[in-house]
Amino acid sequence: MGKKHNVTRRDFVKVMTGVTGVIIGGGIALPAIGYAVDPAIKSGGSGKDAWISLGPVENYPIGEPTPFNFTRTKVNGWEKTASTHGLFVLRKSDTEIKVFSNVCTHLACRVAWHKDKGEYVCPCHDGVFDKDGNVVSGPPPRPLDQYEYKIEDGNLFVRFAGG
Amino acid sequence: MASKLYHWLNERLGFDDLYKGLLDRPEPRGTWWNTLGSATLFLFTMQVMTGIFLLMYYTPSPDHAYDSIQYIMNEVAFGWLIRGIHHWSATLMVLLVFLHMLRVFATASYKYPRELTWVIGVFLLLTTLGMGLTGYLLPWNQRSYFATTVATEIAGLVPGIGAFITRTLRGGTDLSALTLSRFFAAHVWMLPALLTVLIGIHLYLIIRHGESEYPTEED
Repeated sequence: MGKKHNVTRRDFVKVMTGVTGVIIGGGIALPAIGYAVDPAIKSGGSGKDAWISLGPVENYPIGEPTPFNFTRTKVNGWEKTASTHGLFVLRKSDTEIKVFSNVCTHLACRVAWHKDKGEYVCPCHDGVFDKDGNVVSGPPPRPLDQYEYKIEDGNLFVRFAGG
Repeated sequence: MASKLYHWLNERLGFDDLYKGLLDRPEPRGTWWNTLGSATLFLFTMQVMTGIFLLMYYTPSPDHAYDSIQYIMNEVAFGWLIRGIHHWSATLMVLLVFLHMLRVFATASYKYPRELTWVIGVFLLLTTLGMGLTGYLLPWNQRSYFATTVATEIAGLVPGIGAFITRTLRGGTDLSALTLSRFFAAHVWMLPALLTVLIGIHLYLIIRHGESEYPTEED
């Protein structure tokens, strides 16, 4: 053994081998961890919370529920799932608007607006809602769900909550 | 405390002896050419690790194989790196295995008592090529599809049983979902398991016999 500060050739090589190993190992391990947790830190597609444009408010006649459909796409990895959502825009006056989901609150069938009767009717179990979405008859437990909306520069937007 | 723990573990596991036997063994003077086997082993380890990580996203079905690889390459963080390492060390591994074989041949290291090491090495070469063949199909793109079509047709040239071999490799008459899933099974389990066993024997034999001395003028 030499003096205190002398390092033997053998020990030097040992340490350098260890250091190289740690560098190579870390160089692989760190990206590998990022690779493994990646899907957990990002969400893809348009299937998340968003404001959906429904066009100019004037397109929707006052007093008459008007249907509107839109499609959202959810991306999980390389898998895309498109889902269509429907709603009714009811303009009660220039300032008051209600936007109803067309999903029946009973078992999620799609309700249709029957102009002659002035009611929304669910084809599955005869659930009936009035113009304002309240249950008239049938099994639905609660009124039609409403979308949150906003008007910007004369354009109507509804808030899609994701899913 | 640390040295106490070290001694306690060493007494039971005996890694000092292991170190002496495996790494501190006396060897004749060699050159950089003697490192090709270790380099191949290193690449094999890399292949196992990156391969396991690729399995997290890859899907061996005709509907999803291509898309899942596009996803790995373009979306997943460091996916390009993991797959890039897998791709390039696969190529390099085939090259190194050949160079290693040439070195052993040139230095006559295959002679007594190391004939078995050589024979196992030949099987290792073939298994490595098998890994290359099966891995090539997995991206399921045009190139891999038709490369495998050609390769399985070449296998069909064996007299007598050729058509049967082609059908066995493809899992039917056509290159199909069955081909992809059996090549996948071969690539991630059958061949790696075989490779691991063969590498184990190969390494055991190398440790048992030691490295060979280079031939001298008298030889």
